[in-house]
Amino acid sequence: MKVIDARGLSCPEPVVLLRSVMESNEDAYQIIVDNHASRENTTRYAQHQGYQVAVAENGGEWTLTFTK
Amino acid sequence: METEVKLTKLASCAGCGAKVGAGTLVHLLEGFRTHSDPRLLVGYDKSDDASVYYLDENTALVQTTDFFPPIVDDPFLYGQIAAANAISDVYAMGGEPKLALNILCLPESMTAEMVQELLRGGYDKAYEAGAIITGGHTIHGAEPIYGLAVSGFVHPKKVLTNSGAKPGDVLMLTKPLGVGVLTTAAKAGLVADAVMQRIYRQMATLNKTARDIMVKYRVHSCTDVTGFALLGHSFEMAQGSGCTIHIQSKNVPFHQEAWEFADMGFLPAGTYRNRDYAESGVTVRGGVSRTMQDLLYDPQTSGGLLMAVDAADAESCLKELQDSIPHAAAIGYVTDRQENWIILE
Repeated sequence: MKVIDARGLSCPEPVVLLRSVMESNEDAYQIIVDNHASRENTTRYAQHQGYQVAVAENGGEWTLTFTK
Repeated sequence: METEVKLTKLASCAGCGAKVGAGTLVHLLEGFRTHSDPRLLVGYDKSDDASVYYLDENTALVQTTDFFPPIVDDPFLYGQIAAANAISDVYAMGGEPKLALNILCLPESMTAEMVQELLRGGYDKAYEAGAIITGGHTIHGAEPIYGLAVSGFVHPKKVLTNSGAKPGDVLMLTKPLGVGVLTTAAKAGLVADAVMQRIYRQMATLNKTARDIMVKYRVHSCTDVTGFALLGHSFEMAQGSGCTIHIQSKNVPFHQEAWEFADMGFLPAGTYRNRDYAESGVTVRGGVSRTMQDLLYDPQTSGGLLMAVDAADAESCLKELQDSIPHAAAIGYVTDRQENWIILE
């Protein structure tokens, strides 16, 4: 599973990064983000592309797992 | 050889999305010593668009300032938008702008031509508004910043605060939403140029026409919809007025192209700050989709006027607005206080 590190990025960069990685159209991806807006925006993008979203929080960072 | 500098690349936040959250500001201003003056008709206590100070029985002074980092690469357009946005706060109080001062911060990388174009944009809008730029202050800094401090005048009995809405009023909005989403998606290079040109023109459009029409009718309350989004500014109006504002989302005008980008998560961080600020005051009734809610929390740069119009004048006011401003719409109404400040349908 591809893991994307989007920590330190601000909107719209995490979504732009996710969009380019998701062009490989795999069944699962993971992204690590460090702010609320990035978490919400990448969730919206993944759902828009038909993925289910699972979120795990770890001290101000979130790991989002997207699966089809 | 000179390399072309992209203004928006020099900015970390776009337009009114750079605005510090409303909740943060309230706490920062707590507990300071200030003079109490009965001539100060509107101070900062009600989070209004501008301060208003009584001068004589026919005249009150309206003062405001607004500035932000570049929202567009074209310096002339940036200047126009920043000036239109700053001047708008005077219109939102029902006033007429008269004097303005430039507020400018320049990084070393901006050429003299770019600075001149930026200022030409500001002067162009001030001229259109009938205001005179009499000076200003310029410093060097890491990011460009431009805006104006604007003074205007209003009749002291015709001041339109954001806290005067009355039960029965009809709410009208004069510019479509979605500017924050589209400028964010444009940063990713995803928005057609023709769409962005429409957005830039909208942001550079003065709220003068809306104001000039508004003052002919019995309007009880007005604010301009900017960084705190439609819901944030409506929340302030509802609390200030002690009423509940009902927003009929199906009637709220927005740029159609913004819908898809909002659904894809191209939302500026300000959207979430606005939601954090206002969400507890909003009760959602029926099926208002997440994407629609995102657009209602979308921070606007140089947005339209939001006015609470006496029901008896609503039809004629809306008609006159729409004759000049086709996107103007009636988007809701005001009632006595109900279970929450805003009912979103």
